[in-house]
Amino acid sequence: MRAAPYLLAAPLGLVLGAFLLVPMAAILVVSVFDYDSVRLIPDVVLTNYADVLLSRVTWLTYLNTLKYTALVWVLTVGIGVPIALFLAFCVQSAALQAVLFLVCTVPFLTSNVIRMISWVPFLGREGLFNGALMGAGLIARPLDVLLFSDFAVVLAFVHLYALFMVVPVFNTMVRIDRRLIEAAVDAGAGPWAVLREVILPLSKPGIAIGSVFIITLVMGDFTTVRLMGGGQRASVGLMISNQIALLQYPAACANAVVLLALVLLMIAALLRVVDIRREL
Amino acid sequence: MITGLGRWLLGGFFALFVLFLYGPTLTIVLLSFQGPEGGLTFPMRGASTAWFTRLFQQQAVGDLGTAFTRSLILAAMVMAATAVVSVAAAVAFRRRFRGAGALFTLTVASLIVPGVLVSLGVGLLFNLLGCDASWWNSAFGAQLTWTLPFGLLIMFAVFNRFDRAWEEAARDLGASPGQVFRHVVLPIIAPGVVGIALFGFSLSYDEFARTMLTAGSTNTLPLEIVGMTTNVTTPVLYALGSVTTAVSLLAIVAALLAMRALRPRVKPAP
Repeated sequence: MRAAPYLLAAPLGLVLGAFLLVPMAAILVVSVFDYDSVRLIPDVVLTNYADVLLSRVTWLTYLNTLKYTALVWVLTVGIGVPIALFLAFCVQSAALQAVLFLVCTVPFLTSNVIRMISWVPFLGREGLFNGALMGAGLIARPLDVLLFSDFAVVLAFVHLYALFMVVPVFNTMVRIDRRLIEAAVDAGAGPWAVLREVILPLSKPGIAIGSVFIITLVMGDFTTVRLMGGGQRASVGLMISNQIALLQYPAACANAVVLLALVLLMIAALLRVVDIRREL
Repeated sequence: MITGLGRWLLGGFFALFVLFLYGPTLTIVLLSFQGPEGGLTFPMRGASTAWFTRLFQQQAVGDLGTAFTRSLILAAMVMAATAVVSVAAAVAFRRRFRGAGALFTLTVASLIVPGVLVSLGVGLLFNLLGCDASWWNSAFGAQLTWTLPFGLLIMFAVFNRFDRAWEEAARDLGASPGQVFRHVVLPIIAPGVVGIALFGFSLSYDEFARTMLTAGSTNTLPLEIVGMTTNVTTPVLYALGSVTTAVSLLAIVAALLAMRALRPRVKPAP
């Protein structure tokens, strides 16, 4: 009986140890290896880090990735909060709430790649947006910047990941004690005051959890930027995957360590501002 | 709670959001029935199932049938492993044990490490150990680092609402720990277990980043699809999208039906 929790927890520990901890350690080790065009040379050199940190291209790529993250974060918060407000406070019946919540969740369980491709008929040169704009006489020639641009990349990110904001925000909002809102209304607060003084402060942990997801998903992404950016846009994830394709493993690993450190720093900073422990 | 104008505005915004979520997918489903002369965008040039027929013929880009079968088997493996490992760990976490905090931190860390890094690390590890990376070993493990945290957190939520009185009653009646789990705990948590099984299946079936460097030369369906996007410029791509989305939806419907059937019912006393 004493051993039972250990036996039950062991599979989880073993899987995460073997496929998360050890691989991250491997990245750390290889990040100081030397290499030439054909093989890895076990060594302790800092040239890989120097290459990452001293290159102008890397800095621009990191800045561009941070720009995507900031834009997607603002947009997903802007979408997630009203959607969660609607689900939590406008829908009275629990059954309808469950159905609408499911409606929001289903796309998350389908293929991301297909969901990206599905923007082609809208954003392409002969797509619906260009057709509509030309039909309305707003533009004379089709716009090329709709697909394969920052606009397309950010749009796809928001489309793919908005749900990661909606769900945690909704979860905290439904658990807000309704008596607090009644008390605020009795004390003379209007709808905006209730939202600003009661609902939003109490929803902060949910927004923080959603933000953690957005930061990790966007900072580490490479497929969305590759497909929607059409090879014209840069991101750290894409840079790492290009280095891997060129078999420059130590360079990719040094880049990966820097990226992971940056992501963890961003999350640590966020968690200093908002305490999410009650939510877990 | 919110009434009047605010309610209508939020409702309208929600409707737009749903349109935003589903509109593009519905569009490519429609366009996958494009006539044989049609292209990737509107207008529809007639209607046909030509692109579906072409999809099931041998493709120039690779063997879709094999990749599809492989993805389904891998998703089933991830689904089973996610359900068993998460439930076992969640049961363990109901009691104190040494290392619980560290294991929880590791699980949350698994959620926030970008997928491309997991892919790189696992691929590299297999490389260093001299093992051949393939879909059933390294890709399987890499995908579990994404599905298990979701599974564990969902099981935590399920056990939070679990009334321990049922277990105590069974124990008082002389049930062994195994019997308590099989006859009392499992039936009550069953819908939640189906939920994490669905998560495991869907996340694995659609995963790209964690599989990219860990599947070796054995492509899964998402890897084939990404490969196709660069060199296929016909509605075959949409036909494939429609088929794989249909598979995902079937999995969701099956899970919902199973949850409904397994929902614990309190029988009225005779």
